[in-house]
Amino acid sequence: MLDTALFYIFAALTLGGGVLTITRRSAVHSAIWLITSLLGVAGLYLLQRAEFLAGVQVILYVGGIMVLFLFVIMLVNLDQAAKEKRFSGQKWIALACVAAVALQALWFVSKGAGRFTLGQPSIAGENLGNSEHVSRVLFSQYLLPFELASILLLVAIIGAVVMAKKRI
Amino acid sequence: MTFALSFYTLAVVKALVLLGILLITLVYIQWVERKLIAHIQGRWGPNRVGPHGLLQPIADSLKLLTKEDLTPPHVHKLIFVMAPFLAVSLALISIAVIPFGGEVEVFGVRTTLQLTDLNIGLLFIFAVTSLGVYGIALGGWASNNKYSLFGALRSSAQMLSYELSLSLGVVGVLLLSGSLSLRRIVDSQAGYYFGFLPRWNVFHGPLPQLVGFLVYLTAAFAETNRVPFDLPEAETELVAGFHTEYSSMKFALFFMAEYANMITVACLATVLFFGGWHAPLPESWGIQYAPLVVGALVAGLLLYHSQGAFAGKQRRSMQVFGVVAALIGAAFLLQPVRVLFSPLFWFAAKSGFFLFLYIWVRGTLPRFRYDQLMGFGWKVLFPVGVANVLVTALMVALFG
Amino acid sequence: MSPSYPEAYFPILLQVGLAVLVAGGVLVTSHLLGRRVRNKTKDSPYECGITPVGDARGRFSVKFYLVAVLFILFDVEVVFLFPWAVVFRELGLFGFFSMLLYMALILAGFFFVWKKGVLDWAKRGR
Repeated sequence: MLDTALFYIFAALTLGGGVLTITRRSAVHSAIWLITSLLGVAGLYLLQRAEFLAGVQVILYVGGIMVLFLFVIMLVNLDQAAKEKRFSGQKWIALACVAAVALQALWFVSKGAGRFTLGQPSIAGENLGNSEHVSRVLFSQYLLPFELASILLLVAIIGAVVMAKKRI
Repeated sequence: MTFALSFYTLAVVKALVLLGILLITLVYIQWVERKLIAHIQGRWGPNRVGPHGLLQPIADSLKLLTKEDLTPPHVHKLIFVMAPFLAVSLALISIAVIPFGGEVEVFGVRTTLQLTDLNIGLLFIFAVTSLGVYGIALGGWASNNKYSLFGALRSSAQMLSYELSLSLGVVGVLLLSGSLSLRRIVDSQAGYYFGFLPRWNVFHGPLPQLVGFLVYLTAAFAETNRVPFDLPEAETELVAGFHTEYSSMKFALFFMAEYANMITVACLATVLFFGGWHAPLPESWGIQYAPLVVGALVAGLLLYHSQGAFAGKQRRSMQVFGVVAALIGAAFLLQPVRVLFSPLFWFAAKSGFFLFLYIWVRGTLPRFRYDQLMGFGWKVLFPVGVANVLVTALMVALFG
Repeated sequence: MSPSYPEAYFPILLQVGLAVLVAGGVLVTSHLLGRRVRNKTKDSPYECGITPVGDARGRFSVKFYLVAVLFILFDVEVVFLFPWAVVFRELGLFGFFSMLLYMALILAGFFFVWKKGVLDWAKRGR
């Protein structure tokens, strides 16, 4: 009962935040609504008893990536940005893309109907922390992707420095 | 007589008690800080409102509440108001997972001295801390003032940089304790080596976390924007940094948030590195009588100084406080009082020491320059933190 | 007896509610109690008594962005350390070496950043 109510609250935060992100005129408002949306997702993770994932979602997305967004936005001249037309000539292309993605999603849902079940979260016991499970799987079954992630991060670090190097 | 309290009623009662204590501490730690800084600098500090200036914090709060609540027209109104609100409400949340003591029985109700113990307790605190940067960044941006914006930018970059070291400092503790739950971390530190050396994580084998603790402590000072890392409000260059345009209670809320964060960080240092509520010596050494001795010492000091030449008008109040201290100490002679309050006494003593350290450092050290600050965070603290994690891991794998 | 999963999170919800109440209450009280007198000088941005020049939102050093980007990248590394440390006693030396490999690559990136001078905030050579 409470679970269902909380699910709808968090889902509304996620979706509402997403819609407001793309419709607000001010970039800072958009960023704040995106933060709301990301926090809603963290709430949904918590409801699914994925505590570790929820924590990481907040630390990385809200506490890291959105701060970077805010840094960029803080320098934009908002008064001028507000005078621009909100929806430009790309409207029809954007609509076409949305329609294509929606069709795709519908097709997958109809194909996979009945096969896609929302099972119980795979926790052995309630008192066994969720992060321990994540870790055990990560360092056995998914060890290779984990090590590959470090290469991805290395490339990203070098990329960031090279792109900004001209200015240093 | 026993009360049948439902889980939810109990949670509400505990939350209200905790909030009350937290708010009183928040108000009075400023009095303590002003007094201590004054004595470090050879001044008296607040001593006009009430005995020893003890009513000064209340007078200050009332003054700030009734001051003009200015919202200048050039600011972004909504975000300008939201920033201090965000800062203080986030700062008040993380105290919920701090364990202050073990399981106790009060009037027949059994409960733990902790609001709630999450499996990811430590991760929860870091998640809330990582959001703390928004109060400052948004406040500085919304003010639409050059000083505010620069203060906010500097502060955000500083908080991000030192957040890495803050996390790295505690990974060593996790390696030893093997849990993210703060209660289980404290439980893993119970007991004594050789019958007298506490198994706190700063002394814990196979590798005492002394380096990890120093990394954590330094990063914590920067994370709470305290001296010597108080660049965001460097008044010599940025007027008041990100809160230049703030006045009245909105201004005070930023300080409330700063002090609340200080308290959380001090409690967390106690929990992670100094064994939480566990006493520094085993009971066979008679350590359970320590509160009694402390009470007697404080009483003796106060009564002795009330006879001094400078006591003057404060003679009577010093005598009253001396008697109160003696009574509190004497209360620890009673078995039930001792069982209930001894853990709290040790927890408060350790956290209180870290709060004192904050103030002591403020009275001692000058401020860093910005390039020194960023250089120190990235080139010293971060590598040391990484090295500590790797060495601790190797030791645990080999000897743990 | 430890509380069930929803019960463990109920106090968090409660604490969030209380924190919002305290912060909001203080703001509203101060708004109601304080008297307001406005004038033109009081309403201008504070710049040490000098008339404000230009817009507050100027351009600033790209280093601030770089710090934020680097923070995100290294924070991903640190976040992986938490679950690793929690079950480290089970993983043993194998866990140590798998993390060592992971850290080595990221630390290579860290020293690249250091050598490129991204971490130097003061201008050199003057």
